[in-house]
Amino acid sequence: MTVLTTRAPAPPSALSSAWLRLRSNRNWLGFWFMLPAAGFLLLFLAYPLGLGLWLSLTDSRIGRGGSFVGLENYQWLMDDGVFWLSVFNTLLYTTVASVIKFAIGLYLALLLNRHMPFKALIRAAVLIPFIVPTVLSAIAFWWIYDAQFSIISWSLRKLHIISENINFLGDGNWARASVIFANIWRGVPFVAITLLAGLQTVSPSLYEAATLDGATAWQRFRYVTYPLLTPIIAVVMTFSVLFTFTDFQLIWAMTRGGPVNATHLMATLSYQRAILSGRLGEGAAIATAMIPFLVAAIGISWFGLQQRKWQQGGPNND
Amino acid sequence: MTDAVVGQVAQSAQAQDSSEGMSYLESLPSRLVTLYLPLFIILVVLLFPFYWMALTAIKPDAQLIDMETYNPFWVVHPTLKHIEKLLFETQYPRWLWNTMYVAAGATVLSIAASVLAAYAIVRLQFRGAPYVGAAIFFAYLVPPSILFIPMATVIQSYGLFDSPLALILVYPTLLIPFSTWLLMGYFKTIPFELEECALIDGASRWQILVKIVLPLAVPGLISAFIFCFTLCWNEFIYALTLLSSTPNKTVPVAIVNEFVDGDIYRWGSLMAGALVGSLPLVILYAFFVEHYVSAMTGAVKE
Repeated sequence: MTVLTTRAPAPPSALSSAWLRLRSNRNWLGFWFMLPAAGFLLLFLAYPLGLGLWLSLTDSRIGRGGSFVGLENYQWLMDDGVFWLSVFNTLLYTTVASVIKFAIGLYLALLLNRHMPFKALIRAAVLIPFIVPTVLSAIAFWWIYDAQFSIISWSLRKLHIISENINFLGDGNWARASVIFANIWRGVPFVAITLLAGLQTVSPSLYEAATLDGATAWQRFRYVTYPLLTPIIAVVMTFSVLFTFTDFQLIWAMTRGGPVNATHLMATLSYQRAILSGRLGEGAAIATAMIPFLVAAIGISWFGLQQRKWQQGGPNND
Repeated sequence: MTDAVVGQVAQSAQAQDSSEGMSYLESLPSRLVTLYLPLFIILVVLLFPFYWMALTAIKPDAQLIDMETYNPFWVVHPTLKHIEKLLFETQYPRWLWNTMYVAAGATVLSIAASVLAAYAIVRLQFRGAPYVGAAIFFAYLVPPSILFIPMATVIQSYGLFDSPLALILVYPTLLIPFSTWLLMGYFKTIPFELEECALIDGASRWQILVKIVLPLAVPGLISAFIFCFTLCWNEFIYALTLLSSTPNKTVPVAIVNEFVDGDIYRWGSLMAGALVGSLPLVILYAFFVEHYVSAMTGAVKE
């Protein structure tokens, strides 16, 4: 192409030469345009990711570089009851919270999709838990779950349902239930609002046709709404699972993994081991152990997107 | 779709057809049970913690721990003591300023980098552009929870530990993938012909970006900006790991670490801190609800 541009300097082809120059420069131009973003992502994302894998194979501690110890950290973890407890907690937390978030989120989206007064205002209010920083709402939950002054215990006592305060964050299973509830509370708005956006693209005439054919409300949902919503559900739930699985701040603000490690997730455990105890290698190994699950979540997302292409089929999809 | 139209249709057809506006099939009691009641319950649950936060922040200490004489769901003689204490006796203003400074810095950097990257991927179509786009999407899926340990050592070795600059440089890794993905969607909607015209008129790629594409992508930029700002404000784990001295902390980290002592009277100032820390975002959100929603759904839909 450079040959062409040098050989065609004549005025009529000035335009096309400019075009050609641009086209031949495209890769370089692209390189320069990509440079800032790529710089950030390579220096502060790709490099730490690799470094984390390396750290998990060393015995480094804070303030001292470690030496290569092979899979020793992982062997330690295999025999570590607290680690397996954190894996169990993480899976429980993710599964229960995601399933309920999906169910309530979808239900809320269906409700919000119906015609009602003050629609915009209600929708805006629904999203507020998602806007407020997680830690700050977690602190509010911490106060709501307070052992002595919990408003929930107080209300239940006044209703004569319980006689003594519930020790929400002091008892293992109550603590698990409490943090899961807080996570659901925080995640439902995201699921609901994104699914609502999906619902709004479903043409009302489909429902009208289904109703004329005698479909019940459940059938309309099952055979019209749900199939059309599947692609967006796949994406939303992948993100939801991803963020729930790697959750850190909610737990850290409310229980710090307590009582007796009952709410330790893999992320909080790795923070405790790596930063608080200073055993970087071991913490990095726990963090690395999360990766297979993340890959599984991404795999599901990819699968969902594939399905989406197959469903749309037409040439005009965004 | 309005009731009047439905009424007319029903009258003229003189039949119970449901051709227009299916809500016409529902009676008020059934709407009450299937729509308003569940919606009301969900809204109450979603908003109660904020009510509780705000109520606690203005409640005198005596009423906080005495749940028998006063109804805890309400407040008599509200006080601004907690908020006053927060603003004048702690370093809260400093933390608020840190949070804002870090969030603004990281957001501006990320948006600048994302605009360039998104434009390059969508319009320059350099060799390998689709792969770069996919790589950026995958970067979006890498959570901070698995990166913070090596990040601490990286920041330490760059000599940025305990400096807000560290967060300004680290946060773009969370923001760039998201906002690039969002802006790619916006740039795709801008007609290519506009750019061709400008090219023919002799504009450079840079001029096209600044004078044509960016003005047309303003809604997308606002969405990306607000969402990034909120994410930064919300970020916890990097701020917790990378900052150590009290005056340098951001609001979320400071609230968790600095207010937590054995004091039974801490709840008032703790809730005041949470309230004041949330308000800037809620106000921002109130002004840009639509942009916010489009950012959230746009990034998911793409």
